[in-house]
Amino acid sequence: MNDEQQVADVFRTEWPRLVATLLRDVGDLGIAEDATQDAFVEAATRWPTDGSPDVPAAWLLTTARRKAIDRLRRIARYDERLPLLTLDRGEEDQDRLRGHADGGEPFDDQLALLLGCCHPALAPDAQVALTLRAVAGLSTAQIARAFLVSESTMTRRITRSKNKIRTARIPFDPPDIATLHQRIPAVCGVIYSIFTEGHSSATETSLVRGDLCDEAIWLGELLARLTPDDAEVAGLLALMLLIDARRSARLHDGAPVLLADQDRSKWNQATVARGLAELARAHSFRHGGMFQFQAAIAALHVTAESFEATDWASIVRLYDVMLRRQPNALIALNRAIAVREVDGPEAALRALDAIPLSDDLDGDLDGYVYFHSARAEALADLGRNDESRTAYRRALALSASTPEQAHLRRRLEALT
Amino acid sequence: MKYMLILASNPADEPAPDSAEFGPYMNEWGVYSEALNDAGAMVTGEALHGTEAATTVQVRDGQRIVTDGPFIESKEVIGGFYVIDVANLDEALEWAAKIPNATFGTVEVRPVMEFDG
Repeated sequence: MNDEQQVADVFRTEWPRLVATLLRDVGDLGIAEDATQDAFVEAATRWPTDGSPDVPAAWLLTTARRKAIDRLRRIARYDERLPLLTLDRGEEDQDRLRGHADGGEPFDDQLALLLGCCHPALAPDAQVALTLRAVAGLSTAQIARAFLVSESTMTRRITRSKNKIRTARIPFDPPDIATLHQRIPAVCGVIYSIFTEGHSSATETSLVRGDLCDEAIWLGELLARLTPDDAEVAGLLALMLLIDARRSARLHDGAPVLLADQDRSKWNQATVARGLAELARAHSFRHGGMFQFQAAIAALHVTAESFEATDWASIVRLYDVMLRRQPNALIALNRAIAVREVDGPEAALRALDAIPLSDDLDGDLDGYVYFHSARAEALADLGRNDESRTAYRRALALSASTPEQAHLRRRLEALT
Repeated sequence: MKYMLILASNPADEPAPDSAEFGPYMNEWGVYSEALNDAGAMVTGEALHGTEAATTVQVRDGQRIVTDGPFIESKEVIGGFYVIDVANLDEALEWAAKIPNATFGTVEVRPVMEFDG
């Protein structure tokens, strides 16, 4: 392995660990990130010429601490924290690094970092941006590109949230068990929203922005390592993997390919296997939530030999269980789509039209592309072409994605 | 670190003074304030008369403008406040969630500005 590659590999594992450790030392997220960044910049210039250090993690921690001290010295108001930041923590660091080698490190600081970034007192878009920056180590420019906003907008968003962390004193403390259970769903929500943003962008020409999916899965794996006893974390990771396994089959020439038409030989079997293993782990807890149910459905899709051979009856049953737990118009919509494969278009249309449109939980299903495209398909199957055309046009008007619009237009034109 | 908990609610949602719920409701406030005191978190707290008793003052070009009413007309009105001293936002949010009218009103949690000497 060359030294440049080594910096990149070490970056992934060491970034959140360094930010978390420095954050605990100096109590300032901005300084912690900047000093970590500085350390990696130095590694990228020095390792290729001087050779990599024997223990990269130790080298990086010492360098990042030195960089943090440099930065703190430049800011007078942090003077009182300087004595806290000694370069060599002796046994404490030894414990951390040894733990690292054994794979049994104390994870508390990284968990504190993740929970802090996903604190409910921060705006949802700020939680996402902070998590990608502080935990996943993306640059502000990369995050801005991924979310299709200007870099200055993203910089403002991140700066604003860091200011709130400081002024409102949002804690980044290792959580107790009760706090952990209370806050894990929010962290899962942030990670899943990063995944769905990457997976189904409604605003970009390319439907799959795989980089964000990779980041979300990486974050999911990190969270699963940090909280190995949480069934929903396992369910979330399983769900993301099982959906992501289909990534390279979802687009053809820039246009979305429906599940029914996807080339199943393109599905990534290694990712499927990882997803199924994670789902089995989730099941082993004998309890779980919505992520686990969705992952179970994704598993039925991804293990079916063909669209027709899919176990649709089980999928409908899983949706039924989900609906009993949490009445939700989107789940009802997905259920109705599955009903079409079990009981035909008439039953599907009945199921679709039985969904209350002004469901409190989801706002406006009537303003949702897939509701109208599902109706249009069921109506077309029933030969009710005029009504189908109306529904397709409604879906077209609501769609914000170019490839999706092209797909809907083809369907519309195919109606005679 | 000090936080002000600003309590806003629609007075129409409060138990009426002649209702059976009023006594227990007022009792909850007493219990809550006592808990704040016992935890050493209480700095101060007051309940306010209704906005019908409010008067607003502005000074423009040296002229004092005095007007009847609160500064914003809305259904939810500020009914009182606490200033608490706790370690961080999570602790402040814990206290905010225990405020008796948080179940039908809204509590705004604002850090108090600290000026270095």
